[in-house]
Formats: sequence, C-alpha cells, structure tokens
Amino acid sequence: MADQVFGGIKIRHLYKIFGPNAGAHVEAVKNGLTKAELNAKYGHVLGLRDINIEMPSGSIQVIMGLSGSGKSTLIRHINRLIDPTAGEVLVDGVDVVKMNEADLREFRRHQTAMVFQKFALLPHRTVLDNTIFGLEIQGIARDKSLDIAMRWLERVGLKGFEEKYPNQLSGGMQQRVGLARALANDAPVLLMDEAYSALDPLIRMDMQTVLLDLQKEIRKTIVFITHDLDEALRLGDQIAILRDGEVIQQGTSQDIVLRPADDYVANFVKEVNRGRVVHVEAVMTPATSPVSGKPAIPIGTTVEDTLRILSREVADEGVVVSPTGAPLGIVSLRQLSGAMVNAH
Amino acid sequence: MDWFYKFPHMDDNSLRDLKKVIDDGFRGFTRSYGDIIEGFFTPLQHFLIAAERFMLKTPWPIITLLILAIAYAATRSLKIVAGCLATLMLIGYFDMWDDTMRTISMIFVCTVLSIAIGIPIGILMARSDRMQRVINPVLDVMQTMPSFVYLIPVVMLLGIGKVPGLIAVVIYAIPPMIRLTDLGIRLVDKDVLEAADAFGADNRQKLFKVQLPLALPTIMAGINQTIMMALAMVVIASMIGVQGLGQPVLKAIANQYFTLGIFNGLAIVGIAIMFDRVSQAYGQRLQKHREIVHG
Ligand SMILES: Nc1ncnc2c1ncn2[C@@H]1O[C@H](COP(=O)(O)OP(=O)(O)O)[C@@H](O)[C@H]1O
Ligand SMILES: [Mg+2]
Repeated sequence: MADQVFGGIKIRHLYKIFGPNAGAHVEAVKNGLTKAELNAKYGHVLGLRDINIEMPSGSIQVIMGLSGSGKSTLIRHINRLIDPTAGEVLVDGVDVVKMNEADLREFRRHQTAMVFQKFALLPHRTVLDNTIFGLEIQGIARDKSLDIAMRWLERVGLKGFEEKYPNQLSGGMQQRVGLARALANDAPVLLMDEAYSALDPLIRMDMQTVLLDLQKEIRKTIVFITHDLDEALRLGDQIAILRDGEVIQQGTSQDIVLRPADDYVANFVKEVNRGRVVHVEAVMTPATSPVSGKPAIPIGTTVEDTLRILSREVADEGVVVSPTGAPLGIVSLRQLSGAMVNAH
Repeated sequence: MDWFYKFPHMDDNSLRDLKKVIDDGFRGFTRSYGDIIEGFFTPLQHFLIAAERFMLKTPWPIITLLILAIAYAATRSLKIVAGCLATLMLIGYFDMWDDTMRTISMIFVCTVLSIAIGIPIGILMARSDRMQRVINPVLDVMQTMPSFVYLIPVVMLLGIGKVPGLIAVVIYAIPPMIRLTDLGIRLVDKDVLEAADAFGADNRQKLFKVQLPLALPTIMAGINQTIMMALAMVVIASMIGVQGLGQPVLKAIANQYFTLGIFNGLAIVGIAIMFDRVSQAYGQRLQKHREIVHG
C-alpha cells in the first residue's frame, strides 16, 4: 500500500571524496579539479562527482560501470552506509543525508533492504533464521516473522531448505536466501550491489528471471548494480553508466545501445547481442497506411523475436503495430539483419 | 674510572628509604582499607565455599554422572566420555577424590569469574583502538610478572586463604579470555557487519546477534586457555592457602615424598586433559557452520 504513494529516489549533486579532509576539497572539485589531480596534489580519492539521477517508483534502475568506477560507493549513499561529502539523497522526498542516527536506523529498517555481492548471510543461523533477520531487527514477533519468511523462501524457490545452514548451500541458493531476507522486509526500496556477479552465468540468468518475475508483483524501486552490460540491458528500465565516479550516460537500454554517448560506452555496447535488445520500431520504415497480408509485429518486440515471427510465417516483411493494432511501419528482413550486426 | 666497572647506582641509604616509604605506605593502606576490601570480596568467598561444599558433600557417583553428562552434552563423543570416566575412577581409587573436588570447584569459580570479567573487557577493547592500546600492556604485565610477586600485595591485603588464592589465579588466567574475546570480535566478517547496519541494527543488536555469536568459537578457545592456565597455578595458589591437589604436592616437595608428588601431579594432568578435550570438542562443534563459504 505504502509503495503506491512512494515518491522514488532522487540523487542531486552528490559528491564523495575519500580522505581525512574531504570537505576542504569539494569546492575545488566542483570547479573542475580532476580525480587524478586531487589524488596527486592532496592524496584524496574522488569517489563520486556531481551525480544526478532520478529513479521513479516501481522501476529497476541499473547502475553500470567497470570495477572501481564508484558503483558500490553510489549505492551505499542511498541507505547512507557511506556519508556524502556534498549533495542530497531524497528517498520518498526525505533527505537521507540530514537524518540523525535514530531516524537513519528507522529508515533502514523500514524503507530499504539490501542484497550483497558476497551474500553476507549469518553463518551460524539457518536459512529460515537468516530470512527473519531484518524482521527481528524491526522488533516483529517471531511467529509472525516466521510466517512471512516462509512465504518468501517459497517464492524464491527454497522450500524444504529452511533448516539448512548457508555453508550447506551453493552460491545461487545462498543468494536466494539473501533475496528472501531482503524481500521479507517489504521495504519500498531494494538495493542490490552486484548481487549476481559472484554467480555462474547460467545461475545468474536464472536469478535475473526470478527478479523480473517478482518485480511484476512487488513493484519495488530497485537499484541494481552490475558490471555486465547484458545483465544491465536485461534488467534495467533505466540504466546509468558510471566511469571514474561520474555518470557518463543515462537512459533506457535502447538509448544506450542505439546512441552510445562516447567511445567508452560504444566499447561496451560493441559486444552486446543487439538482436535481443534493439526494438523493432528502431529499425522499421515508418508507414501509417493500412497494409494487409503481412504478419503483425507488436511495437516493443525485439529484433530477434521479430525474425522468429517472420521465419515462422515465411514472410519477408512485417507490419509493426501499436497496442491498439494501428499500423506504424514496415520492417524487412534486410533491415532486421542489418540491425543484428551493428549499425555503426 | 670506578663508575665504568661498577654501575653507579642510587646510594644505599636513599634506596632503603625509598623501599621503606613504599612498604609503609602500602602497609598503611592495608591497615585502613583492608577490612573494606575484604568485605568487598565476601560474596566471592561465599560462592567459593558453596561450590566446594557442593562438590564435596554430593556423593561421588552423582558427581561422576554429572561430569559425564556435561562432557557428553558438550562433545557428543562417547570416546571422550569414556576417557573422563577412566580418569575420575583412577583418581578416586588412589584416594585423591576430595582434593580433586576442591581443585575442580576452585577452577570452576575462577572460570566463571574470568568469563564474567573478561568478556566485557574484551568487548570494550574490540570497540575502540585506544582501549586496546591501553589494556594490552596491562595484560602483558599480568602474563609475564612472576606470580610470586603479585602474591605479596594480595596476601598483605587479604591474608592467607581461599579468596586471595583465587584472585591470584584469576589475575594469571584471565588475559587469554580478554585477548581472544577482542580478537574474535575484530575478526567478524566486515560484510556481515555491513549487512546488519544496512538492516538498521543498533549497537546492541549487532553485538548480540552478529559479533558475539560469530566470535563464540574464538571466545571458547579463550575459555579453554583460561582453564589450562588456572590449573597451572594450582600448586602456587596452594602456597597461600588454597586447598586441593596443590597442597599434597607442596608437602611432597618439602618432605621429598616422591610418589605422593607424582600421584597428585598426575591427577592435575588428568583433569587438565579432561577439561581441555571437552572444551575443545565443544568449540569445534560450535565452529561447524560458522565459517563463511562463498559459492
Ligand atoms: N573507504 C575508501 N577510502 C578510499 N578510497 C575508496 C574507499 N572506498 C572506495 N574507494 C575508492 O573509490 C573508488 C570507487 O570504489 P567502488 O565504489 O568500490 O567501485 P566499484 O563498486 O564500482 O567497483 C575506487 O577508486 C576505490 O579505490
Ligand atoms: Mg563494488
């Protein structure tokens, strides 16, 4: 109920400098001092520079970047595991930066939940007791928390494993526990810091599916960190790309793949399976007059799926249609195959 | 060139005066506060006497069963239980039962006291680096100062008896308890602690739900060390009136009774091995699920 009115997350002019005298250098950084100069002259590390991101309620915001680009630093500002040097972090309209210790604890207990790269489960507790951890911290009665925990364990596919210990489970299973523990909190914000990076590729795909399926029901505001573009494109409603502590591009997966902001992004995008990302409307020839005898392709279908439809229908061209069925354009096999193999 | 061959020390009169001033000062302190301090330790004396009475008044088959039951509950190992049984039967057969019970009750009280004092100090030490810097040298002194030296002020203050003996044993045996509590808490996985923070745990919740449970195997190793060190002090403590297996050893030294010494010495070794195996096996059982495995 609460998440229907939940106001999303807004990060404004966020700066983070690591070092004993961070506050003294923030003006210089605002005026253009670079990360390298800051390190060479003053021995401080620039973690984040002027981050501005709006994450609407109920969507998955992916933050992507290479190792060391500041992803973990950024996500830890949302629940203030790290204090910023300057800037605002508004969660549901409240500035997390201004909270006192007690408010911050309440905020963490009820508004956010987090999933970690190395799972961070309690090794001395069973799967079930790990799952109720957040509820226990909130002070909820044990029998009630156990009901909630059992429900989420079943939902992430761990029914029957309640009495096992984390070290008796595989990595993928342990992260399911991590996910169940976070979901049991029923907080509007779900923070996932490289939650799947430690998992094998197949397990990782599985877990991505689990998350996407869940999100259809729970509609949380999810912040998902990854260094893997395929994962970013698959999960992200919005993607922000981070390099050396700066956001260099923000947008949907279509924006990132079709219009990379610079060579750094283009380099990432080069290796991507474009057929699975690019939507058919990005490659069609617009046309609004009614066409007959060609298979209809709903707008938003990926290039790969369009090819699948055309080959099943044994057709050379398809009509792209809006959700109401109105024709929007024509797409040909040639356009589709061109889109698969890089437009640049 | 005299000063070159002989160290130029403080002149004899001044040195004598210095020692006299300190001694007189301490004696004065003892005279005026000795009773108050003794009163302060009265509850401890009651605890000691109660523990000893329980061990001595309870019939031996019941004590034996009790010890075996504790050993089994802690280790789940029949082998260790059989070892304990054999040790106790031999001790009884060679007529050392009563002294052994006195020693065990003293070790028990000493361990309880060390845990009650040592764990809170260890927690404080783990909380702040400054605290660690202050306490560490104190522990070093406690462990390296020959125990005879700190027997002197303890005896001056409290006289000869059970309580001063117990205090001397605790001073000697508590450092590993404190150090290993500190170490265990400091070794707790940072990621798990961060997770507790992320879920909004306060300091108390972090301590009781994360740090202490994860440090428990290390703390258990501290308890084991404390028991072993306390047993090593049994003979010295008997010099200031602690009854038990130490006193026959002392008598054996004075009168050159070789066999008496050996028997009582072996009884101390026997209960040491018993305590060691039981507490170690328990520690290992605790360890079972506690190491962190990724993937
Ligand atoms: N506590 C810290 N002190 C100094 N530098 C830090 C600290 N934490 C992170 N950094 C630096 O900030 C940068 C970003 O780190 P991080 O956010 O962990 O990157 P990512 O999660 O993208 O791999 C790195 O250069 C790292 O060395
Ligand atoms: Mg990281």
